[in-house]
Amino acid sequence: MDDKQLQLLEDIMEIGFSLVETNLYLDTHPKDERALRLHNTLAGQYQELEFLYNSKYGPLKYTGMSQFPWKYIDEPWPWEIDYSGCD
Amino acid sequence: MWIYEKKLQYPVKVYSCNPSLAQMILEQFGGADGELSAGVRYLTQRWSMPTGEAKGILTDIGTEELAHWEIIGTIVYKLVKDATVEQIKGTPFEANYANRGKALFPQNAAGVPWTATFIQSKDDPIANLYEDMAAEQKARSTYENLIKLSDDPGVTDALKFLREREVVHFQRFGETLRIVEEYQERKKHY
Repeated sequence: MDDKQLQLLEDIMEIGFSLVETNLYLDTHPKDERALRLHNTLAGQYQELEFLYNSKYGPLKYTGMSQFPWKYIDEPWPWEIDYSGCD
Repeated sequence: MWIYEKKLQYPVKVYSCNPSLAQMILEQFGGADGELSAGVRYLTQRWSMPTGEAKGILTDIGTEELAHWEIIGTIVYKLVKDATVEQIKGTPFEANYANRGKALFPQNAAGVPWTATFIQSKDDPIANLYEDMAAEQKARSTYENLIKLSDDPGVTDALKFLREREVVHFQRFGETLRIVEEYQERKKHY
């Protein structure tokens, strides 16, 4: 995986993690409007970056569209990636 | 249902080849207070939860635990993938190698296979949530031991991230406990 692809993937991982945090927090604080606004902002950013990654490198989820042939199976898989490439 | 996302929750950097440390990290892969136990425990208890908040938190923390299980598996995989047989000989990983080579298997650091007896599931949400809070504390404690055992800065970094998640989950389960207690109180009065 080249540095550009890894950078985009790590950006998605970062926002994805923020969404895990807002998700759990909102589960027990459903009426916290400020937290919900933050969640919605992050969700929009996540969708944009995921769409960009999907169109460039193939789907991260089976629900995504793919060029021919099916790019979802392209290696490396997450446990094989050398994350020391970019910080 | 579930959808797999082809990414780790946290980037796992491993700078060394260390079969001994890999075997110790397996405690969180298939041990009593490990990530697999946590995921199966919370996802199984969902059917006994009385409120939307509690159903949501068990679903979402249970799902996050499976992402942590994947991180743990990745640490173990990276710690042994380049190991020669000579490097494995004499380490605690040797017994695993005798059986299945470098393949992963849900077992604890001592080689005991994962079993459903590591978890509990009651039709009493209060009892379940206390178990879940205790599980998070026990996992935090295990992570602190593993951090002391690790001499790989990349592994230590990932373990510190996972330790922090235990603290957050404990907090969320505590809030859920209060929500469920209030719900049960309200039900008594009507």
